[in-house]
Amino acid sequence: MALTFNPQLRSDGKLKHLLSTEGLPKHLIEGLLETADQFVSVGDREVKKVPILRGKSVFNLFFENSTRTRTTFEIAAKRLSADVINLNINASSTTKGESLLDTVDNLAAMNADMFVVRHAESGAAHLIAQHVKPGVAVINAGDGRHAHPTQGLLDMYTIRHYKTAFHNLTVAIVGDVLHSRVARSDIHALTTLGCPDVRVIGPKTLIPTEVARMGVSVFHDMARGLEGCDVVIMLRLQNERMNGALLPSAHEFFKSYGLTTEKLARAKPDAIVMHPGPMNRGVEIDSLVADGRQSVILPQVTFGIAVRMAVMATVVGA
Amino acid sequence: MQLDAEHLVTELATRIGTLSDDTAVVGIHSGGVWVAQRLHQMLKAVPPMGTLAVTLHRDDFSRIGLHPQKKATDMPMNIDGRHILLVDDVLHTGRTLRAALNELFDFGRPASVKLAVLVDRGLRELPFAADYIGATMTLDASQELVLTNDNHHLRFDVRTRQLHKKTN
Repeated sequence: MALTFNPQLRSDGKLKHLLSTEGLPKHLIEGLLETADQFVSVGDREVKKVPILRGKSVFNLFFENSTRTRTTFEIAAKRLSADVINLNINASSTTKGESLLDTVDNLAAMNADMFVVRHAESGAAHLIAQHVKPGVAVINAGDGRHAHPTQGLLDMYTIRHYKTAFHNLTVAIVGDVLHSRVARSDIHALTTLGCPDVRVIGPKTLIPTEVARMGVSVFHDMARGLEGCDVVIMLRLQNERMNGALLPSAHEFFKSYGLTTEKLARAKPDAIVMHPGPMNRGVEIDSLVADGRQSVILPQVTFGIAVRMAVMATVVGA
Repeated sequence: MQLDAEHLVTELATRIGTLSDDTAVVGIHSGGVWVAQRLHQMLKAVPPMGTLAVTLHRDDFSRIGLHPQKKATDMPMNIDGRHILLVDDVLHTGRTLRAALNELFDFGRPASVKLAVLVDRGLRELPFAADYIGATMTLDASQELVLTNDNHHLRFDVRTRQLHKKTN
């Protein structure tokens, strides 16, 4: 593990790009979470800005639509005083025949300091990171089914905020694990931080075979899987990524794997409920739970800005 | 030269005298916060007290980068129209103070800001002067005056600065 090439890290071990929570050393994850602490209160000030990225240009490259994620990166960069340029690159640029790296080269020629990349293909951010010149940072904002590291980190921040430590926690990740880059990023981060019991819960068709090798236990019965959990992370059922009949119907899915008050009662009484958003109410989560006392779904959004600020402030110029 | 930090705090409190009711005490992390806590108590200042972690406004960010740390800015009161007593342990180049004022003004527009420091050690690089000073001394650039808080006992040490890592 330590010997594998990790393009995220500089030769002295500092974070250069953020591409995946996989292979991210524990002290770096903890450092990012501590750095985020400093940024949480910036949102409460009369002037919601600090000058750390003043004069830097951050390009949001979204090859796949995501208004919410793009907005949180945009707010994070603006609160750090960066200039933000949003580019929604849809099929048109590919129709014109420009390759991914040509697009990046063109933007790099405009003196970009940082790229935030969302792409439907796994590995797109890695490819760009290996291509850019030294001093330019790349942050993966979601690539295919592979990784969504800032979501993984903000989930860790949220868990740490409510549960303080990881060494005694049972965490369940529920639903469409197959299509979920959030699930992969969470699992890598949780195991690195020393969480002893990580469970994935879902139907056989939506649990990829490789997850068992990631050091988690697999449950197909939700009630059993939630028994004694401290944290329940619900995943969005990704209809747009479903090819073929993996599920009978959304209604059937809700009956078996939708989080209701009754199912949540199997977890610990002080268990927290998380969701990366956007939620499909009545599909993977019941409104009573989503808006209930144990839900920390909206705090996740607030923490997400601070965590993205921490990542940007750490990788810039590294 | 031996500096008795505890004695200097008492000295500084005497020089400040009394604080008006519309004065808020704000300490700069880390040493300034310890001194501010003492002054706040000794001068019976109106709670709450504010703290500034100036890391996010430093001018050497692009050279030394951002380091994870636990200290954070906390301004639990409205500072608009208030008189601020800004407190630090050591006044040196003035760069920390520049960052602290910038950060302070992100929270509002105080009526006035006065500066209290335990020690003014000279070698200013920016045009600042303190309103209240515990002691004045001359150190050369390679020396660093460090305040430590050992179980609520404040102590000053003079250390030789590592030349590649300028921190003040």
